[in-house]
Amino acid sequence: MPSMNNAAERVRRELLIRVIRGELDGTLDQEIDRIPIVMRPSDQPASRCCVYKDRAVLKYRLMGILGFGVEDETDEAKPLREYLAEARLRREPPREVLSVAPVACYGCIESHYVITNACRACFARPCTFSCPKQAITVGPKQAEIDHSKCIDCGKCTTVCPYKAIIRVPIPCEEACPTGAIRKDESGREWINFDTCISCGKCLKACPFSAVLERSQIIEVIRAMKEGRRVVAMVAPAIIGQFPATLEQLAEGLRMAGFSDMLEVASGAELTARNEAKEFFERMERGDHLMTSSCCPAYVEAVRKLIPEMKKFVSDTPSPMGYSGRLAKEQDPECVTVFIGPCVAKRKEACSDPNVDYVMTFEELGALFAAREINLGTLEGLKLKREADPYARGFGAGCGVTAAILHEMSGGEGQTPPRIDGKLINPLDRKNMRLLKLHALGKLPGNFLEVMACEGGCVGGPCALVDAEKGGAAVRKLAHEE
Amino acid sequence: MGNGSKLKVEICLGTTCFILGASELQDLAQYLEPELLDRVDIVGRTCLGFCKDRKFDGAPFVRLDERVVIERATVTRVTEKIKAMLKEKDAE
Repeated sequence: MPSMNNAAERVRRELLIRVIRGELDGTLDQEIDRIPIVMRPSDQPASRCCVYKDRAVLKYRLMGILGFGVEDETDEAKPLREYLAEARLRREPPREVLSVAPVACYGCIESHYVITNACRACFARPCTFSCPKQAITVGPKQAEIDHSKCIDCGKCTTVCPYKAIIRVPIPCEEACPTGAIRKDESGREWINFDTCISCGKCLKACPFSAVLERSQIIEVIRAMKEGRRVVAMVAPAIIGQFPATLEQLAEGLRMAGFSDMLEVASGAELTARNEAKEFFERMERGDHLMTSSCCPAYVEAVRKLIPEMKKFVSDTPSPMGYSGRLAKEQDPECVTVFIGPCVAKRKEACSDPNVDYVMTFEELGALFAAREINLGTLEGLKLKREADPYARGFGAGCGVTAAILHEMSGGEGQTPPRIDGKLINPLDRKNMRLLKLHALGKLPGNFLEVMACEGGCVGGPCALVDAEKGGAAVRKLAHEE
Repeated sequence: MGNGSKLKVEICLGTTCFILGASELQDLAQYLEPELLDRVDIVGRTCLGFCKDRKFDGAPFVRLDERVVIERATVTRVTEKIKAMLKEKDAE
């Protein structure tokens, strides 16, 4: 059964469409505070405990769309139109990418182990014997775990003859590769930004839509309204995200307000070429390892948590980095917007003066919907330049390694060093430990392609189709001559 | 509507419907049992027009037999409706 389709996503996209429409029409100031009411009328069933809670959560999600985090709230009575006014004046995009709305967080569960009603309050009660903290008591109907004593060791699960004790996951914590999202004293989740790598897995995983991303859509619309030349730099992962060809996308983007479409795959060609050269140089000087650096969540992970890996990470700019450079060289006055499935790219863009804003595929889809642009019906614009197929493959796992191998095989007279490439994908807790071991030289391999999202960029938190379908589309185009 | 004809299933793949869920509906054929699959004709359309006048609340849209419109379509709901309509057809 399809796994992507759920209410959390739908609400996210519907909100984006309403905001974009309102901002383009110039009516958003009057409408924005009413959006939660329009979307959750008092005579319709509520999704959460009541319609008022639904509206409260929608309000926080709207704050996220306006680029604010829940942490920015100092006055609960402040209307959204005031946030909107501030967003329009904002000169720098926000520094942090993610935020948790405590009111939406269900606080899921107190501890991982739960005794279900399959328990028969049996006479043997091995659970009580196995528990090192004496946290289990057996009542007349069933056994109970005292969560204040429970240390989550899981021993009780293994001894129950009825398999009545289960481990319940906390979805956001399971998804997080660095343990950055944790419970506070009240049981609600919060993000520790010292260890958060902005990968956005928690955003995708939370069944209560409690994690929000800070959007830059208001800035992008403002740039378009000001008549600036706004260039859409589309990630290689865009193939297959929309039911349209690249040519139709190019035309759709033009209609949506962008002056030009630049395939980030063009930047990827430079990344592949220069990374291959760099690999050669590093091996010559005796390094035992080099890793890719185009995944910003991985780069953050190294910076914050795996310092021993820092010296092995490639210095070659990412495809987005080169693309931004190309666009600004052609027109220093243009506004560059990277469009991809990624939220971590917002972090990378913070320190890259050539990339002004980052949008996601979801936001782009909402922009098309708001402007009623139907890509499938368009003629399509001829692309000024077709990117190298190998470069287009960057969006799916192993795409980077394949491109580098391709670059190296076409090399000059010298024999290229032997590449023993390993793919580290996705970035999860186990792989974080493996990376440390690689850095210390304890594992084989001299080139690591590290992609935080399962399946590569196509598995990013803001992709529109699932990773398998997206990956198949990317690989198909990458193998066409 | 003769007995030999297949039930037409039109899936709207317009951009609005696509981002509100039709991306999953594209794979409808994969989720139907072979006997059902033989009796339907699944077609993707670039826009069925139901989102006109900015009404996207009902997206994604699927139209069966060129007359029955399913709003907020999901694979499960469409499959159930297909089964129900084929039963009706057989009862004639």
